[in-house]
Amino acid sequence: MTFFENGIIILYLASLGYLGFLGYKQTKNSADYLLAGRDTHPFIMAMSYGATFISTAAIVGFGGVAAWLGNAILWLTFANIFIGIFIAFVVFGNPTRKMGLRLNAHTFPEFLGKRYQSKFIQMSGGVLILLFMPLYTSAVLIGGTQFVATYFGVNYHIALLVFSIIITGYVLAGGLKGVMFTDALQGVIMFVAMFILLVMTFDALGGVESAFAKFTTVWEHTVAPLANVPMKELKPGSADFMMKLSMNWGFQGWDKMPQFLSEGWLFIVTTITMGVGLGVLAQPQLVVRFMTVKSKNELNRGVVIGGIFIFVVMGSAYLVGALSNVWYYEFNEGKNALQSAGGIEKVIPHFINSALPRWFSFIFLFALISAAMSTLSSQFHTMGTAFGRDFFEQLSSKKFNSLHVTRFGVVVMILISVYLAYQFDNQPAVIARSTAVFFALCASIFLPAYAGGLFWKRMTKKGVIASMAVGAFVSTFWLLFVHFQEAKVLGLCQLIFGTNSLLSGKIIFVDSLVIALPLSALTAIVVSLLTKPDDQAHIDKCFND
Amino acid sequence: MGSFDLGVGMAFWLMNASALLCVIYGVIYWNKDKQEKPINMAKWNKDEDKINEEL
Repeated sequence: MTFFENGIIILYLASLGYLGFLGYKQTKNSADYLLAGRDTHPFIMAMSYGATFISTAAIVGFGGVAAWLGNAILWLTFANIFIGIFIAFVVFGNPTRKMGLRLNAHTFPEFLGKRYQSKFIQMSGGVLILLFMPLYTSAVLIGGTQFVATYFGVNYHIALLVFSIIITGYVLAGGLKGVMFTDALQGVIMFVAMFILLVMTFDALGGVESAFAKFTTVWEHTVAPLANVPMKELKPGSADFMMKLSMNWGFQGWDKMPQFLSEGWLFIVTTITMGVGLGVLAQPQLVVRFMTVKSKNELNRGVVIGGIFIFVVMGSAYLVGALSNVWYYEFNEGKNALQSAGGIEKVIPHFINSALPRWFSFIFLFALISAAMSTLSSQFHTMGTAFGRDFFEQLSSKKFNSLHVTRFGVVVMILISVYLAYQFDNQPAVIARSTAVFFALCASIFLPAYAGGLFWKRMTKKGVIASMAVGAFVSTFWLLFVHFQEAKVLGLCQLIFGTNSLLSGKIIFVDSLVIALPLSALTAIVVSLLTKPDDQAHIDKCFND
Repeated sequence: MGSFDLGVGMAFWLMNASALLCVIYGVIYWNKDKQEKPINMAKWNKDEDKINEEL
Protein backbone atom coordinates (compact mmCIF):
# COMPACT_ATOMS: atom_id res chain seq x y z
CA MET A 1 0.00 0.00 0.00
CA THR A 2 1.37 3.40 -0.97
CA PHE A 3 2.03 6.35 1.30
CA PHE A 4 -0.81 8.21 -0.43
CA GLU A 5 -3.27 5.36 0.22
CA ASN A 6 -2.29 5.14 3.87
CA GLY A 7 -2.78 8.89 4.15
CA ILE A 8 -6.28 8.67 2.68
CA ILE A 9 -7.26 5.90 5.11
CA ILE A 10 -6.04 7.94 8.08
CA LEU A 11 -7.86 11.03 6.78
CA TYR A 12 -11.08 9.03 6.38
CA LEU A 13 -10.90 7.58 9.89
CA ALA A 14 -10.00 10.98 11.34
CA SER A 15 -13.01 12.55 9.58
CA LEU A 16 -15.32 9.89 11.04
CA GLY A 17 -13.81 10.48 14.46
CA TYR A 18 -14.27 14.24 14.16
CA LEU A 19 -17.90 13.94 13.00
CA GLY A 20 -18.64 11.49 15.81
CA PHE A 21 -17.10 13.94 18.26
CA LEU A 22 -19.16 16.78 16.76
CA GLY A 23 -22.29 14.69 17.32
CA TYR A 24 -21.17 14.01 20.90
CA LYS A 25 -20.58 17.71 21.61
CA GLN A 26 -24.00 18.64 20.27
CA THR A 27 -25.85 15.89 22.15
CA LYS A 28 -27.26 17.34 25.35
CA ASN A 29 -30.42 15.32 25.93
CA SER A 30 -32.39 12.29 24.82
CA ALA A 31 -34.03 14.19 21.95
CA ASP A 32 -30.58 15.01 20.55
CA TYR A 33 -29.49 11.41 20.92
CA LEU A 34 -32.68 9.90 19.50
CA LEU A 35 -33.78 12.51 16.94
CA ALA A 36 -30.72 14.68 16.30
CA GLY A 37 -32.46 17.59 18.04
CA ARG A 38 -35.13 17.84 15.30
CA ASP A 39 -33.25 20.57 13.47
CA THR A 40 -31.10 18.67 10.98
CA HIS A 41 -29.99 20.36 7.77
CA PRO A 42 -31.86 19.00 4.70
CA PHE A 43 -28.64 17.99 2.97
CA ILE A 44 -27.54 15.91 5.96
CA MET A 45 -31.00 14.41 6.41
CA ALA A 46 -31.40 13.44 2.72
CA MET A 47 -27.85 12.09 2.36
CA SER A 48 -28.24 10.15 5.59
CA TYR A 49 -31.56 8.72 4.37
CA GLY A 50 -29.99 7.70 1.05
CA ALA A 51 -26.79 6.30 2.53
CA THR A 52 -28.77 4.30 5.11
CA PHE A 53 -31.06 3.04 2.35
CA ILE A 54 -28.13 1.72 0.25
CA SER A 55 -25.82 -0.86 1.76
CA THR A 56 -22.88 -2.70 0.24
CA ALA A 57 -25.29 -5.51 -0.62
CA ALA A 58 -27.36 -3.10 -2.72
CA ILE A 59 -24.32 -2.13 -4.81
CA VAL A 60 -22.42 -5.42 -4.99
CA GLY A 61 -25.41 -7.79 -4.62
CA PHE A 62 -27.93 -6.09 -6.88
CA GLY A 63 -25.17 -4.93 -9.26
CA GLY A 64 -24.32 -8.61 -9.66
CA VAL A 65 -27.99 -9.46 -10.16
CA ALA A 66 -28.06 -6.85 -12.95
CA ALA A 67 -25.08 -8.60 -14.58
CA TRP A 68 -27.05 -11.84 -14.39
CA LEU A 69 -30.60 -10.76 -15.22
CA GLY A 70 -30.03 -7.49 -17.05
CA ASN A 71 -31.63 -4.09 -17.14
CA ALA A 72 -35.10 -5.30 -16.11
CA ILE A 73 -33.80 -4.52 -12.63
CA LEU A 74 -34.05 -0.81 -13.53
CA TRP A 75 -37.66 -1.14 -12.35
CA LEU A 76 -36.19 -1.28 -8.85
CA THR A 77 -34.29 1.98 -9.40
CA PHE A 78 -37.54 3.56 -10.56
CA ALA A 79 -39.31 2.22 -7.44
CA ASN A 80 -36.45 3.37 -5.21
CA ILE A 81 -36.68 6.92 -6.53
CA PHE A 82 -40.44 7.22 -6.98
CA ILE A 83 -41.63 5.30 -3.90
CA GLY A 84 -38.53 5.38 -1.71
CA ILE A 85 -37.90 9.09 -2.15
CA PHE A 86 -40.77 10.96 -3.79
CA ILE A 87 -43.74 9.20 -2.15
CA ALA A 88 -41.87 8.74 1.13
CA PHE A 89 -40.83 12.39 1.46
CA VAL A 90 -43.81 14.12 -0.17
CA VAL A 91 -46.69 11.94 1.06
CA PHE A 92 -45.42 10.39 4.29
CA GLY A 93 -42.67 12.78 5.37
CA ASN A 94 -44.44 15.85 6.66
CA PRO A 95 -47.43 14.10 8.31
CA THR A 96 -44.92 11.87 10.12
CA ARG A 97 -42.86 14.84 11.24
CA LYS A 98 -45.89 16.78 12.49
CA MET A 99 -47.59 13.90 14.22
CA GLY A 100 -44.31 12.82 15.80
CA LEU A 101 -43.93 16.32 17.22
CA ARG A 102 -47.53 16.50 18.49
CA LEU A 103 -47.19 13.14 20.23
CA ASN A 104 -43.59 13.70 21.36
CA ALA A 105 -42.51 10.43 19.74
CA HIS A 106 -38.80 9.67 19.49
CA THR A 107 -38.74 6.32 17.68
CA PHE A 108 -40.88 4.59 15.06
CA PRO A 109 -42.41 2.04 17.49
CA GLU A 110 -43.07 4.88 19.95
CA PHE A 111 -44.75 6.83 17.15
CA LEU A 112 -47.13 3.91 16.49
CA GLY A 113 -47.63 3.27 20.21
CA LYS A 114 -48.56 6.88 20.94
CA ARG A 115 -50.75 7.23 17.85
CA TYR A 116 -52.82 4.23 18.97
CA GLN A 117 -52.33 4.75 22.74
CA SER A 118 -50.90 1.27 23.12
CA LYS A 119 -47.78 0.17 24.96
CA PHE A 120 -48.34 -3.24 23.42
CA ILE A 121 -47.97 -1.84 19.89
CA GLN A 122 -44.82 0.06 20.85
CA MET A 123 -43.27 -2.98 22.51
CA SER A 124 -44.28 -5.31 19.65
CA GLY A 125 -42.60 -2.94 17.19
CA GLY A 126 -39.51 -2.86 19.38
CA VAL A 127 -39.45 -6.65 19.74
CA LEU A 128 -39.83 -7.15 15.99
CA ILE A 129 -36.85 -4.86 15.39
CA LEU A 130 -34.85 -6.68 18.06
CA LEU A 131 -35.70 -10.09 16.61
CA PHE A 132 -35.08 -9.49 12.93
CA MET A 133 -32.81 -6.48 12.55
CA PRO A 134 -29.72 -8.14 14.12
CA LEU A 135 -29.75 -10.75 11.33
CA TYR A 136 -30.15 -8.05 8.69
CA THR A 137 -27.39 -6.06 10.40
CA SER A 138 -25.03 -9.01 10.56
CA ALA A 139 -25.64 -9.58 6.82
CA VAL A 140 -24.42 -6.03 6.13
CA LEU A 141 -21.59 -6.48 8.64
CA ILE A 142 -20.41 -9.71 7.00
CA GLY A 143 -20.56 -8.14 3.51
CA GLY A 144 -18.56 -5.06 4.55
CA THR A 145 -16.02 -7.02 6.59
CA GLN A 146 -15.39 -9.61 3.88
CA PHE A 147 -14.65 -6.84 1.41
CA VAL A 148 -12.25 -5.10 3.81
CA ALA A 149 -10.55 -8.39 4.75
CA THR A 150 -10.07 -9.38 1.09
CA TYR A 151 -8.81 -5.98 -0.03
CA PHE A 152 -6.33 -5.48 2.80
CA GLY A 153 -5.44 -9.17 3.10
CA VAL A 154 -6.24 -9.31 6.81
CA ASN A 155 -7.96 -11.93 8.94
CA TYR A 156 -11.78 -11.76 8.75
CA HIS A 157 -12.22 -11.79 12.54
CA ILE A 158 -9.72 -9.00 13.09
CA ALA A 159 -11.33 -6.93 10.32
CA LEU A 160 -14.74 -7.52 11.91
CA LEU A 161 -13.50 -6.41 15.31
CA VAL A 162 -11.86 -3.22 14.01
CA PHE A 163 -14.80 -2.38 11.75
CA SER A 164 -17.29 -2.83 14.64
CA ILE A 165 -15.22 -0.81 17.13
CA ILE A 166 -15.01 2.19 14.76
CA ILE A 167 -18.78 2.24 14.18
CA THR A 168 -19.53 1.63 17.86
CA GLY A 169 -17.41 4.66 18.75
CA TYR A 170 -19.36 7.23 16.83
CA VAL A 171 -22.82 5.70 17.31
CA LEU A 172 -22.35 5.43 21.05
CA ALA A 173 -20.89 8.88 21.51
CA GLY A 174 -22.72 10.94 18.92
CA GLY A 175 -26.15 9.26 18.85
CA LEU A 176 -28.28 10.11 15.81
CA LYS A 177 -26.33 13.33 15.24
CA GLY A 178 -23.09 11.39 14.97
CA VAL A 179 -24.77 8.80 12.75
CA MET A 180 -26.26 11.39 10.39
CA PHE A 181 -23.11 13.52 10.13
CA THR A 182 -20.99 10.49 9.21
CA ASP A 183 -23.74 9.19 6.89
CA ALA A 184 -23.63 12.48 4.97
CA LEU A 185 -19.86 12.22 4.45
CA GLN A 186 -20.16 8.58 3.45
CA GLY A 187 -23.06 9.42 1.11
CA VAL A 188 -20.90 12.00 -0.70
CA ILE A 189 -18.13 9.42 -1.16
CA MET A 190 -20.63 6.89 -2.54
CA PHE A 191 -22.13 9.46 -4.90
CA VAL A 192 -18.78 10.56 -6.32
CA ALA A 193 -17.47 7.00 -6.73
CA MET A 194 -20.61 5.70 -8.44
CA PHE A 195 -20.76 8.69 -10.78
CA ILE A 196 -17.14 8.17 -11.82
CA LEU A 197 -17.82 4.45 -12.25
CA LEU A 198 -20.69 5.09 -14.67
CA VAL A 199 -18.78 7.66 -16.72
CA MET A 200 -15.67 5.46 -16.98
CA THR A 201 -17.73 2.42 -17.97
CA PHE A 202 -19.52 4.27 -20.77
CA ASP A 203 -16.19 5.72 -21.87
CA ALA A 204 -14.58 2.27 -22.02
CA LEU A 205 -17.47 0.98 -24.13
CA GLY A 206 -17.45 3.81 -26.66
CA GLY A 207 -20.37 5.89 -25.36
CA VAL A 208 -23.93 5.35 -24.13
CA GLU A 209 -25.66 4.28 -27.38
CA SER A 210 -22.75 2.14 -28.48
CA ALA A 211 -22.61 0.33 -25.10
CA PHE A 212 -26.32 -0.49 -24.98
CA ALA A 213 -26.39 -1.55 -28.64
CA LYS A 214 -24.00 -4.47 -27.94
CA PHE A 215 -26.24 -6.34 -25.47
CA THR A 216 -27.92 -8.43 -28.17
CA THR A 217 -24.62 -9.54 -29.72
CA VAL A 218 -23.17 -10.59 -26.37
CA TRP A 219 -26.34 -12.52 -25.43
CA GLU A 220 -26.43 -14.29 -28.80
CA HIS A 221 -22.81 -15.37 -28.53
CA THR A 222 -22.55 -16.29 -24.85
CA VAL A 223 -26.03 -17.26 -23.63
CA ALA A 224 -28.26 -18.20 -26.58
CA PRO A 225 -26.14 -21.32 -27.42
CA LEU A 226 -27.15 -22.71 -24.01
CA ALA A 227 -30.76 -23.04 -25.22
CA ASN A 228 -30.17 -26.61 -26.41
CA VAL A 229 -28.02 -27.70 -23.47
CA PRO A 230 -29.90 -29.68 -20.77
CA MET A 231 -29.61 -28.27 -17.23
CA LYS A 232 -28.26 -31.57 -15.88
CA GLU A 233 -25.19 -31.22 -18.09
CA LEU A 234 -24.25 -27.95 -16.40
CA LYS A 235 -22.49 -27.70 -13.06
CA PRO A 236 -24.93 -26.30 -10.45
CA GLY A 237 -23.98 -22.73 -9.52
CA SER A 238 -21.66 -22.28 -12.50
CA ALA A 239 -21.94 -19.25 -14.77
CA ASP A 240 -23.56 -21.21 -17.60
CA PHE A 241 -25.92 -22.91 -15.15
CA MET A 242 -27.10 -19.54 -13.85
CA MET A 243 -27.56 -18.13 -17.36
CA LYS A 244 -29.46 -21.23 -18.45
CA LEU A 245 -31.60 -20.89 -15.32
CA SER A 246 -32.39 -17.29 -16.29
CA MET A 247 -33.48 -18.50 -19.74
CA ASN A 248 -35.71 -21.12 -18.15
CA TRP A 249 -37.21 -18.38 -16.01
CA GLY A 250 -38.19 -16.45 -19.14
CA PHE A 251 -35.29 -14.00 -19.54
CA GLN A 252 -34.53 -13.17 -23.17
CA GLY A 253 -31.59 -10.75 -22.98
CA TRP A 254 -29.99 -8.07 -20.80
CA ASP A 255 -31.98 -5.37 -22.58
CA LYS A 256 -35.34 -7.14 -22.45
CA MET A 257 -38.01 -7.89 -19.85
CA PRO A 258 -38.59 -11.56 -19.07
CA GLN A 259 -41.72 -13.10 -20.63
CA PHE A 260 -44.92 -11.79 -19.05
CA LEU A 261 -45.91 -13.74 -15.90
CA SER A 262 -42.93 -16.09 -16.25
CA GLU A 263 -40.96 -17.01 -13.12
CA GLY A 264 -38.41 -14.34 -13.97
CA TRP A 265 -41.10 -11.70 -14.48
CA LEU A 266 -42.67 -12.55 -11.09
CA PHE A 267 -39.24 -12.42 -9.46
CA ILE A 268 -38.38 -9.01 -10.94
CA VAL A 269 -41.82 -7.46 -10.36
CA THR A 270 -42.88 -8.93 -7.01
CA THR A 271 -39.68 -9.79 -5.13
CA ILE A 272 -37.24 -7.18 -6.40
CA THR A 273 -39.39 -4.21 -7.39
CA MET A 274 -42.33 -4.48 -4.98
CA GLY A 275 -40.62 -6.32 -2.13
CA VAL A 276 -37.71 -3.94 -1.86
CA GLY A 277 -39.36 -0.87 -3.42
CA LEU A 278 -42.46 -0.89 -1.20
CA GLY A 279 -40.74 -2.39 1.81
CA VAL A 280 -38.68 0.74 2.24
CA LEU A 281 -41.72 2.84 3.21
CA ALA A 282 -42.00 1.24 6.64
CA GLN A 283 -38.35 0.81 7.57
CA PRO A 284 -37.98 2.11 11.15
CA GLN A 285 -34.47 3.49 10.61
CA LEU A 286 -35.68 5.52 7.61
CA VAL A 287 -39.04 6.72 8.95
CA VAL A 288 -37.33 8.27 11.98
CA ARG A 289 -35.34 10.55 9.60
CA PHE A 290 -38.52 12.52 8.85
CA MET A 291 -38.76 13.47 12.52
CA THR A 292 -35.26 14.96 12.54
CA VAL A 293 -36.09 18.13 10.57
CA LYS A 294 -37.86 21.24 11.77
CA SER A 295 -40.19 22.05 8.85
CA LYS A 296 -41.66 20.84 5.59
CA ASN A 297 -39.17 22.98 3.67
CA GLU A 298 -36.34 20.69 4.75
CA LEU A 299 -38.26 17.69 3.43
CA ASN A 300 -38.97 19.44 0.12
CA ARG A 301 -35.28 20.22 -0.29
CA GLY A 302 -34.46 16.67 0.73
CA VAL A 303 -36.54 15.36 -2.21
CA VAL A 304 -34.08 16.97 -4.66
CA ILE A 305 -30.97 15.72 -2.88
CA GLY A 306 -32.34 12.23 -2.16
CA GLY A 307 -33.75 11.81 -5.69
CA ILE A 308 -30.45 12.69 -7.37
CA PHE A 309 -28.49 10.56 -4.89
CA ILE A 310 -30.53 7.39 -5.48
CA PHE A 311 -30.65 8.05 -9.24
CA VAL A 312 -26.86 8.21 -9.50
CA VAL A 313 -25.89 5.56 -6.95
CA MET A 314 -28.46 2.88 -7.74
CA GLY A 315 -28.77 3.72 -11.44
CA SER A 316 -24.98 3.42 -11.82
CA ALA A 317 -24.76 0.12 -9.92
CA TYR A 318 -27.46 -1.53 -12.05
CA LEU A 319 -26.42 -0.08 -15.41
CA VAL A 320 -22.76 -0.92 -14.83
CA GLY A 321 -23.69 -4.41 -13.62
CA ALA A 322 -25.52 -5.16 -16.86
CA LEU A 323 -22.93 -3.37 -19.03
CA SER A 324 -20.08 -5.38 -17.51
CA ASN A 325 -21.24 -8.20 -19.83
CA VAL A 326 -20.38 -6.04 -22.83
CA TRP A 327 -16.99 -5.04 -21.39
CA TYR A 328 -16.00 -8.61 -20.61
CA TYR A 329 -17.17 -9.77 -24.04
CA GLU A 330 -14.97 -7.18 -25.74
CA PHE A 331 -11.94 -7.38 -23.48
CA ASN A 332 -12.00 -10.90 -22.00
CA GLU A 333 -12.05 -13.39 -24.86
CA GLY A 334 -15.73 -13.11 -25.69
CA LYS A 335 -17.01 -14.14 -22.26
CA ASN A 336 -19.94 -12.64 -20.35
CA ALA A 337 -19.73 -11.21 -16.81
CA LEU A 338 -20.63 -14.37 -14.88
CA GLN A 339 -18.25 -16.49 -16.95
CA SER A 340 -15.44 -14.00 -16.26
CA ALA A 341 -16.05 -13.25 -12.59
CA GLY A 342 -17.25 -16.69 -11.51
CA GLY A 343 -20.33 -15.69 -9.51
CA ILE A 344 -23.07 -13.09 -9.14
CA GLU A 345 -21.59 -11.35 -6.08
CA LYS A 346 -18.09 -11.36 -7.59
CA VAL A 347 -19.00 -9.41 -10.72
CA ILE A 348 -18.78 -5.81 -9.41
CA PRO A 349 -15.51 -6.21 -7.42
CA HIS A 350 -13.97 -8.23 -10.29
CA PHE A 351 -15.07 -5.64 -12.85
CA ILE A 352 -13.63 -2.78 -10.79
CA ASN A 353 -10.27 -4.56 -10.51
CA SER A 354 -10.17 -5.69 -14.15
CA ALA A 355 -11.64 -2.79 -16.09
CA LEU A 356 -10.73 0.30 -14.12
CA PRO A 357 -7.43 1.83 -12.97
CA ARG A 358 -5.93 1.05 -9.56
CA TRP A 359 -6.61 4.53 -8.18
CA PHE A 360 -10.31 4.05 -8.84
CA SER A 361 -10.36 0.64 -7.11
CA PHE A 362 -9.15 2.45 -4.03
CA ILE A 363 -11.88 5.10 -4.25
CA PHE A 364 -14.46 2.41 -4.86
CA LEU A 365 -13.27 0.55 -1.77
CA PHE A 366 -14.18 3.62 0.25
CA ALA A 367 -17.57 3.80 -1.42
CA LEU A 368 -18.31 0.22 -0.38
CA ILE A 369 -16.99 0.69 3.15
CA SER A 370 -19.05 3.87 3.40
CA ALA A 371 -22.17 2.08 2.14
CA ALA A 372 -21.73 -0.61 4.78
CA MET A 373 -20.88 1.76 7.63
CA SER A 374 -23.72 4.19 6.95
CA THR A 375 -26.29 1.39 6.93
CA LEU A 376 -24.77 -0.29 9.98
CA SER A 377 -24.57 2.82 12.12
CA SER A 378 -28.28 3.52 11.54
CA GLN A 379 -29.18 -0.08 12.25
CA PHE A 380 -27.19 -0.07 15.49
CA HIS A 381 -28.87 3.16 16.54
CA THR A 382 -32.36 1.89 15.68
CA MET A 383 -31.81 -1.38 17.51
CA GLY A 384 -30.42 0.48 20.51
CA THR A 385 -33.47 2.74 20.69
CA ALA A 386 -35.77 -0.26 20.23
CA PHE A 387 -34.06 -1.99 23.13
CA GLY A 388 -33.82 1.02 25.42
CA ARG A 389 -36.74 3.26 24.64
CA ASP A 390 -39.34 0.86 23.21
CA PHE A 391 -38.71 -2.29 25.19
CA PHE A 392 -36.74 -1.77 28.38
CA GLU A 393 -38.32 1.53 29.45
CA GLN A 394 -41.84 0.30 28.66
CA LEU A 395 -41.31 -2.92 30.55
CA SER A 396 -39.82 -1.29 33.60
CA SER A 397 -41.95 0.45 36.23
CA LYS A 398 -39.00 2.69 37.19
CA LYS A 399 -38.05 5.80 35.22
CA PHE A 400 -34.63 5.78 33.60
CA ASN A 401 -32.58 8.32 31.70
CA SER A 402 -33.39 7.52 28.05
CA LEU A 403 -29.95 8.55 26.95
CA HIS A 404 -28.19 6.06 29.22
CA VAL A 405 -30.64 3.26 28.54
CA THR A 406 -30.37 3.76 24.78
CA ARG A 407 -26.57 3.80 24.90
CA PHE A 408 -26.71 0.57 26.90
CA GLY A 409 -29.10 -0.83 24.26
CA VAL A 410 -26.73 0.16 21.45
CA VAL A 411 -23.86 -1.73 23.12
CA VAL A 412 -26.00 -4.83 23.71
CA MET A 413 -27.28 -4.91 20.11
CA ILE A 414 -23.83 -4.31 18.62
CA LEU A 415 -22.48 -7.23 20.65
CA ILE A 416 -25.31 -9.47 19.43
CA SER A 417 -24.81 -8.42 15.78
CA VAL A 418 -21.06 -8.95 15.93
CA TYR A 419 -21.57 -12.34 17.56
CA LEU A 420 -23.95 -13.32 14.73
CA ALA A 421 -21.43 -12.06 12.15
CA TYR A 422 -18.79 -14.31 13.77
CA GLN A 423 -21.15 -17.28 13.82
CA PHE A 424 -22.65 -16.98 10.35
CA ASP A 425 -19.73 -15.86 8.22
CA ASN A 426 -19.65 -19.26 6.52
CA GLN A 427 -23.37 -19.42 5.89
CA PRO A 428 -24.02 -16.35 3.76
CA ALA A 429 -27.15 -17.80 2.13
CA VAL A 430 -29.11 -17.94 5.40
CA ILE A 431 -27.97 -14.54 6.52
CA ALA A 432 -28.41 -12.90 3.11
CA ARG A 433 -32.08 -13.90 3.07
CA SER A 434 -32.58 -12.13 6.39
CA THR A 435 -32.49 -8.80 4.55
CA ALA A 436 -35.43 -9.82 2.37
CA VAL A 437 -37.18 -11.28 5.43
CA PHE A 438 -36.81 -8.01 7.33
CA PHE A 439 -38.07 -5.91 4.41
CA ALA A 440 -41.07 -8.19 3.90
CA LEU A 441 -41.97 -8.24 7.59
CA CYS A 442 -41.62 -4.48 7.99
CA ALA A 443 -43.94 -3.77 5.09
CA SER A 444 -46.56 -6.35 6.00
CA ILE A 445 -46.60 -5.60 9.71
CA PHE A 446 -45.92 -1.86 9.91
CA LEU A 447 -47.13 -0.30 6.66
CA PRO A 448 -50.93 -0.53 7.21
CA ALA A 449 -50.52 0.68 10.81
CA TYR A 450 -48.22 3.52 9.75
CA ALA A 451 -50.20 4.69 6.71
CA GLY A 452 -53.54 4.29 8.50
CA GLY A 453 -52.20 6.16 11.50
CA LEU A 454 -51.23 9.11 9.33
CA PHE A 455 -54.18 9.30 6.97
CA TRP A 456 -57.21 7.53 8.45
CA LYS A 457 -58.68 8.83 11.68
CA ARG A 458 -61.02 5.86 11.93
CA MET A 459 -58.16 3.35 12.29
CA THR A 460 -58.39 1.79 15.74
CA LYS A 461 -55.96 0.17 18.15
CA LYS A 462 -57.67 -3.20 17.77
CA GLY A 463 -57.56 -2.88 13.99
CA VAL A 464 -53.83 -2.23 14.12
CA ILE A 465 -53.08 -5.11 16.48
CA ALA A 466 -55.12 -7.50 14.30
CA SER A 467 -53.40 -6.18 11.16
CA MET A 468 -49.92 -6.58 12.66
CA ALA A 469 -50.74 -10.13 13.78
CA VAL A 470 -52.06 -11.12 10.34
CA GLY A 471 -49.09 -9.45 8.61
CA ALA A 472 -46.62 -11.26 10.87
CA PHE A 473 -48.34 -14.64 10.53
CA VAL A 474 -48.88 -14.60 6.76
CA SER A 475 -45.38 -13.23 6.03
CA THR A 476 -43.70 -15.78 8.25
CA PHE A 477 -45.75 -18.64 6.83
CA TRP A 478 -45.04 -17.59 3.23
CA LEU A 479 -41.33 -17.14 3.88
CA LEU A 480 -40.93 -20.42 5.75
CA PHE A 481 -43.15 -22.67 3.67
CA VAL A 482 -43.76 -21.21 0.20
CA HIS A 483 -41.37 -18.65 -1.33
CA PHE A 484 -38.73 -20.41 -3.40
CA GLN A 485 -35.72 -18.58 -1.99
CA GLU A 486 -36.33 -18.33 1.76
CA ALA A 487 -38.26 -21.60 2.24
CA LYS A 488 -35.41 -23.58 0.68
CA VAL A 489 -32.60 -21.78 2.49
CA LEU A 490 -34.28 -21.70 5.91
CA GLY A 491 -35.02 -25.42 5.63
CA LEU A 492 -37.97 -25.70 8.07
CA CYS A 493 -40.36 -26.81 5.32
CA GLN A 494 -37.92 -29.55 4.24
CA LEU A 495 -37.53 -30.65 7.86
CA ILE A 496 -41.26 -30.92 8.57
CA PHE A 497 -42.79 -31.82 5.21
CA GLY A 498 -39.81 -33.20 3.25
CA THR A 499 -40.18 -30.63 0.47
CA ASN A 500 -38.72 -27.19 -0.23
CA SER A 501 -42.14 -25.57 -0.67
CA LEU A 502 -45.71 -26.55 0.16
CA LEU A 503 -46.92 -25.14 -3.15
CA SER A 504 -45.59 -25.61 -6.65
CA GLY A 505 -45.55 -23.73 -9.95
CA LYS A 506 -45.14 -20.01 -10.49
CA ILE A 507 -46.87 -19.04 -7.23
CA ILE A 508 -43.68 -19.87 -5.30
CA PHE A 509 -41.96 -16.97 -7.11
CA VAL A 510 -44.49 -14.47 -5.74
CA ASP A 511 -43.03 -12.43 -2.89
CA SER A 512 -44.56 -12.68 0.58
CA LEU A 513 -45.30 -8.95 0.57
CA VAL A 514 -47.73 -9.36 -2.35
CA ILE A 515 -49.76 -11.85 -0.28
CA ALA A 516 -49.29 -10.52 3.26
CA LEU A 517 -49.61 -6.76 2.73
CA PRO A 518 -53.10 -6.76 1.16
CA LEU A 519 -54.30 -9.20 3.85
CA SER A 520 -52.91 -7.13 6.72
CA ALA A 521 -54.31 -3.91 5.18
CA LEU A 522 -57.73 -5.51 4.69
CA THR A 523 -57.68 -6.78 8.28
CA ALA A 524 -56.85 -3.30 9.54
CA ILE A 525 -59.79 -1.78 7.65
CA VAL A 526 -62.37 -4.45 8.54
CA VAL A 527 -61.46 -4.71 12.24
CA SER A 528 -61.28 -0.92 12.60
CA LEU A 529 -64.75 -0.51 11.10
CA LEU A 530 -66.12 -3.23 13.37
CA THR A 531 -64.64 -1.78 16.56
CA LYS A 532 -65.34 1.35 18.57
CA PRO A 533 -63.58 4.48 17.23
CA ASP A 534 -60.69 5.83 19.29
CA ASP A 535 -61.25 8.70 21.70
CA GLN A 536 -62.02 11.90 19.71
CA ALA A 537 -59.84 14.08 21.95
CA HIS A 538 -56.85 11.87 21.22
CA ILE A 539 -57.56 11.92 17.48
CA ASP A 540 -57.70 15.73 17.62
CA LYS A 541 -54.37 15.77 19.42
CA CYS A 542 -52.84 13.54 16.76
CA PHE A 543 -54.13 15.46 13.75
CA ASN A 544 -54.54 19.08 14.81
CA ASP A 545 -52.05 21.70 16.01
CA MET B 1 -31.29 2.79 -25.62
CA GLY B 2 -32.53 1.65 -29.00
CA SER B 3 -32.00 -2.00 -28.12
CA PHE B 4 -34.24 -1.89 -25.02
CA ASP B 5 -37.63 -3.55 -25.39
CA LEU B 6 -40.80 -1.81 -24.19
CA GLY B 7 -40.60 -3.07 -20.57
CA VAL B 8 -36.95 -2.18 -20.00
CA GLY B 9 -37.29 1.05 -21.99
CA MET B 10 -40.21 2.07 -19.75
CA ALA B 11 -38.17 1.31 -16.62
CA PHE B 12 -35.25 3.34 -17.97
CA TRP B 13 -37.32 6.40 -18.88
CA LEU B 14 -39.47 6.21 -15.72
CA MET B 15 -36.28 6.11 -13.67
CA ASN B 16 -35.11 9.29 -15.39
CA ALA B 17 -38.54 10.90 -15.18
CA SER B 18 -38.91 10.16 -11.46
CA ALA B 19 -35.50 11.70 -10.75
CA LEU B 20 -36.55 14.76 -12.74
CA LEU B 21 -39.84 14.86 -10.82
CA CYS B 22 -37.91 14.94 -7.53
CA VAL B 23 -35.79 17.83 -8.77
CA ILE B 24 -38.71 19.86 -10.14
CA TYR B 25 -40.88 19.28 -7.04
CA GLY B 26 -38.05 20.14 -4.68
CA VAL B 27 -37.14 23.31 -6.55
CA ILE B 28 -40.75 24.53 -6.75
CA TYR B 29 -41.43 23.86 -3.07
CA TRP B 30 -37.90 24.73 -1.85
CA ASN B 31 -39.14 27.47 0.43
CA LYS B 32 -42.94 27.31 0.15
CA ASP B 33 -43.92 26.41 3.71
CA LYS B 34 -43.14 29.49 5.70
CA GLN B 35 -46.46 29.34 7.51
CA GLU B 36 -45.33 26.52 9.81
CA LYS B 37 -46.55 27.27 13.32
CA PRO B 38 -43.63 27.70 15.71
CA ILE B 39 -45.74 26.72 18.74
CA ASN B 40 -45.16 23.06 18.08
CA MET B 41 -41.44 23.27 18.65
CA ALA B 42 -41.86 25.58 21.64
CA LYS B 43 -44.25 23.16 23.31
CA TRP B 44 -42.13 20.18 22.43
CA ASN B 45 -38.97 21.82 23.78
CA LYS B 46 -40.82 22.64 27.01
CA ASP B 47 -41.93 19.04 27.43
CA GLU B 48 -38.44 17.84 26.68
CA ASP B 49 -36.86 20.18 29.25
CA LYS B 50 -39.37 19.03 31.84
CA ILE B 51 -38.54 15.38 31.23
CA ASN B 52 -34.82 16.05 31.43
CA GLU B 53 -35.24 18.04 34.64
CA GLU B 54 -37.21 15.19 36.21
CA LEU B 55 -34.48 12.77 35.31
